[in-house]
Amino acid sequence: MNIFQYYLCFKGIVFRESLRFFYQRERFFSALVRPLVWLAIFAVGFRSFLGISRPLGQPENWPYPISLVPYELYIAAGLIAMIQLFNGMQSSLSMVYDREMGSMRTLLVSPFPRSFLLISKLVAGVSVSILQVFAFLMIALFWDVQPPTFGYLTVIPALFLSGMMLGALGMFLSSAIKQLENFAGVMNFVIFPMFFASSALYPLWKIRESSEILFYFCSYNPFTHAVELIRFSLYGQLNEKSLVFVSIYLLIFLILAIYGYDPSKGVILKKKV
Amino acid sequence: MNSSALTIKTLNHNFGSLKALDNIDITLNEGDYSILLGLNGAGKTTLFSLITRLYDNQTGLIEIFSHNLKKNPTKALANIGVVFQQPTVDLDLTVEQNLQYHASLHGMRKKFALNNALIELKRQNMENILKKKVRELSGGQKRRVEIVRALMHNPKLLLLDEPTVGVDIESRKLIVKHVKSLCKEKQLAVLWATHLIDEVDQDGKLIVLHRGKVLANDHVKNILRKTKTKNVSNAFDYYTKD
Repeated sequence: MNIFQYYLCFKGIVFRESLRFFYQRERFFSALVRPLVWLAIFAVGFRSFLGISRPLGQPENWPYPISLVPYELYIAAGLIAMIQLFNGMQSSLSMVYDREMGSMRTLLVSPFPRSFLLISKLVAGVSVSILQVFAFLMIALFWDVQPPTFGYLTVIPALFLSGMMLGALGMFLSSAIKQLENFAGVMNFVIFPMFFASSALYPLWKIRESSEILFYFCSYNPFTHAVELIRFSLYGQLNEKSLVFVSIYLLIFLILAIYGYDPSKGVILKKKV
Repeated sequence: MNSSALTIKTLNHNFGSLKALDNIDITLNEGDYSILLGLNGAGKTTLFSLITRLYDNQTGLIEIFSHNLKKNPTKALANIGVVFQQPTVDLDLTVEQNLQYHASLHGMRKKFALNNALIELKRQNMENILKKKVRELSGGQKRRVEIVRALMHNPKLLLLDEPTVGVDIESRKLIVKHVKSLCKEKQLAVLWATHLIDEVDQDGKLIVLHRGKVLANDHVKNILRKTKTKNVSNAFDYYTKD
């Protein structure tokens, strides 16, 4: 296989994912409804008493150009990461479904290295999630969630990285889940704890005021760093700590996912595909 | 002399404590048409999963056109076309889009791959379905599309895992006839797994797989002579009755 054939394979996987996205528009819109409910109801409801102010002596935790941000502006980054989290879980759900239904086999018997196939599938899923994020950002303008114009550009690499990290986590989970029915457990044990124990809805320094233990848990939550990476990049800034964390978590989840689908080592070996 | 398309030697596979395959030895040459006959649960799908490297063989050896599947999967898999037991076409996409996706998974240019597919579709008078969504096709048409797809990259070994499950009698006959003709014309090695005795070709080879073991592996005529039976059904009973 030469480089051009690798390119054809990658293009084919991304094209198929885009087609599925085009044919399943309901999935696209329903993925938008979730963050919009948070933005339009939850954030607006809490707006009057939940404005977030700049923490004293912690400039590294504050990307905003103003000292007091309305709550809906604060949680926008968290909701963007939420879109990517659900997209990652959705694509892992579809991988479990594909595996049970058999269509996963088509991908896995391709002569290309399995790690390449899995990474291509991840990139395809992330591309779809970035489109969803931009659709959300357009609608969020109605609630005055308006980062600077250059922020729409600088957020793209952050979205790619955080999307890959959350997608790789979903892929690893899909390799470990034996049956479609078990997927509901993932919702309870992965998505909700990850989302609520993060800086998506409240800043970490506020959590610290209430619970030191929860603060440390949140500080190492991969989702927290996805949120912070996105939050800073929306304002053209780089949160170096979150970049390092997201990159490390991406690497770990990717290795686990590739291991999970490895024909000789992974959990795939222990069950009938 | 024909070269070996598929060589399996002393292959074992366990799922936990369950022995799914026990010391399997199979050889297929170019142009061979072999039926892998076994009851449900005999180990046919496990054997196919190993040959297509969905998981690696724990022991033994699998070679496809002399390429060791474990050590050189890229070259080995490039020679295989597969039709799985469960349908693997995407129902929401058109036939053309499904074929295009498969072509890309084999690193093929779209135009070249679709030309190949069109030749196969024409052979089966199905060229008009290219733009149709797979969901709109009948069960038999879907399976034939899967066969066309499996042949797009010109493989030399075709594996079919119960390809006629859920297909009406007429479509079944068409599929069997089509695969046999491919085998003759293209010197394709075919391994066809089934539990339906009437799919066994009297002129072909028969491999009887029972509880993970190969009990017979020879030309049908030789098997009938050895077992002193008149038909495949009796011969199968001869080997599998406890």
